[in-house]
Amino acid sequence: MNFSQRVSVAADRPVDALVRFEDVKKSYDGINFVVKDLNLNVRRGEFLTMLGPSGSGKTTTLMMLGGFERPTLGHILLDGKPVERLPPEKRNIGFVFQNYALFPHMTVAENVAFPLRYRGITGVAAKDKVREALGRVSLEALGDRRPAQLSGGQQQRVALARALVFEPSLVLMDEPLGALDKQLRERMQIEIKQLQTSLGITMVYVTHDQSEALTMSDRIAVFHDGRIQQLADPETLYNEPSNRFVASFIGENNTLPCTLLGREGGMAVVRMGDGSKFKAAADISGTGGDMSVSVRPENIGLAGQDGRPDFNRFGGKVRDVFFLGDHMRLSVEAFGGEFVTARIPARRLRPFAPGDDVALECNVAECRLLEA
Amino acid sequence: MWLPSYATPSERLMRTLVVALAVAVLLFLIAPLFIIVPLSFSKDPFFTLPVQEYSLRWYEDFFGNPRWMTAIANSAIAAVLTTILATTLGTLAALGISRADFPARRLVMALLISPMIVPIVIVAVGSYLFFGQFGLTNTRTGLVLAHTALATPFVVITVTATLSTYDTNLTRAALSLGASPSSTFFRVTLPNIMPGVVSGAIFAFATSFDEVVVALFMTAAEQRTLPVQMFSGIRDQINPTIMAAATLLLALSIMLFATLSLLTRRRVR
Repeated sequence: MNFSQRVSVAADRPVDALVRFEDVKKSYDGINFVVKDLNLNVRRGEFLTMLGPSGSGKTTTLMMLGGFERPTLGHILLDGKPVERLPPEKRNIGFVFQNYALFPHMTVAENVAFPLRYRGITGVAAKDKVREALGRVSLEALGDRRPAQLSGGQQQRVALARALVFEPSLVLMDEPLGALDKQLRERMQIEIKQLQTSLGITMVYVTHDQSEALTMSDRIAVFHDGRIQQLADPETLYNEPSNRFVASFIGENNTLPCTLLGREGGMAVVRMGDGSKFKAAADISGTGGDMSVSVRPENIGLAGQDGRPDFNRFGGKVRDVFFLGDHMRLSVEAFGGEFVTARIPARRLRPFAPGDDVALECNVAECRLLEA
Repeated sequence: MWLPSYATPSERLMRTLVVALAVAVLLFLIAPLFIIVPLSFSKDPFFTLPVQEYSLRWYEDFFGNPRWMTAIANSAIAAVLTTILATTLGTLAALGISRADFPARRLVMALLISPMIVPIVIVAVGSYLFFGQFGLTNTRTGLVLAHTALATPFVVITVTATLSTYDTNLTRAALSLGASPSSTFFRVTLPNIMPGVVSGAIFAFATSFDEVVVALFMTAAEQRTLPVQMFSGIRDQINPTIMAAATLLLALSIMLFATLSLLTRRRVR
């Protein structure tokens, strides 16, 4: 890690950080690191999602925060105090597991009451708390059932109620909606987000589902290869991916190889594979060599007769056309062998057939220069 | 029999032979029961089949004879103590070796179940010589310890099997909710691995209650267990009371294993 990055991490240390990872590394075998140099602040009251493919280190990071794994190196601070040696039962963190982990030998109400006993809440007070917690997830009527008698979505809600009933300041969730069908998953996403907002709790959520992350999160940390690739709010992440991995992992993206020629009025000028020149927005400070331009399919349109000043214009051959109701997807071969996908509103599209020549354009502000 | 209508004659013949073989094997397995159980109800003091006249005199003799009663009490005490020790130790051992980070788990598992593999006579002689050093031969403590070594492997195996289907996230969930490790064990882990623990306990009880070789070496007259009493009874005065004792032992075993299969069925559900 270079020096300038360290400084920027140090500067991003607001006082309201509830959780702070400081140079955390984790290795199971002493050779391969599943988490490398993790620095991350979780702000009080935010919904932070750790998003990444499997094996990217996101779940290990969550397990370390929950106390089920110990960092090999580095520190984890909870409320300013180092916790890496604190066992999970002393951390007061709610945890929702992927398979819910409800106690099968207890009723729903007993499950929810479980954490209360260890906080000295018993009898009527405990009953009231359980009723309130089940009410929050609309399961008041099912307190006497066993977990096995509930549907997946209901079990999920019980797990949520159990993790919230003792009012932890932090709740961790490990792909909690992975086992539910799409419709239920989308409803639960909204419910969890609403609960988090109304209770003002801090949530750290792990998922590999990018649309889930975009829907629910205040900020998203994209994990890949044991490192955070980008940490940003959903809009920034989608519109301004900081590298090729993020660009291709979040949503769909065309990533086209190019060479950086120079800069012109804040824009980078690059040469594409077929020799044509493109302009692209660039945050990165590279001065030359192999790079790539990323542009989303929905930001590519059909070009008019005349070229517009703020648009990159290019031609290609149509390879495939798919009709998808409200839009059409064009797969176009351009730049000497690259395939470009464009998503075009259906009514604008004149009938294309594979083999046709087509002229396309994209706004220079929506083309982003990334490191190859 | 259970063959489709288009089966050829040779297939039918083959199937008949297979069924006949299976029935013969089963018969051989349970044949001793057909001898022992009727003989125990015979009025005749000699072992003659078929039984001419039925009576309960050998059962009366069994329950009226202080030597048999002492033997059955000794067996019960030794078996109960063995069960408690073996179940506790075996469950703890299984919990340990089921941890992902347990070092050399295959080796430790092999050591733990070695009493099942080593010939029983060797265990008996070994125990006799070893326990003799500590003055534990001819004591109930010695017998219980030797039986515990024999019974623990059963508990280790049944509990390990149950733990392989146990969701470790339940343990993690309990810890995250504030339960201490010991509270987590008693309130969450133990109730969920109970079928394995109870199966292991039943095996442990049966192992001790039926065991004769180690008991022969380790006991004097005062600690003599039921199987030892039967064994010496056969040598000294052959008498159908032994048949009554054997039938009672058999009934107990059947009850234990019926409990076991009920438990396993509950677990499957």
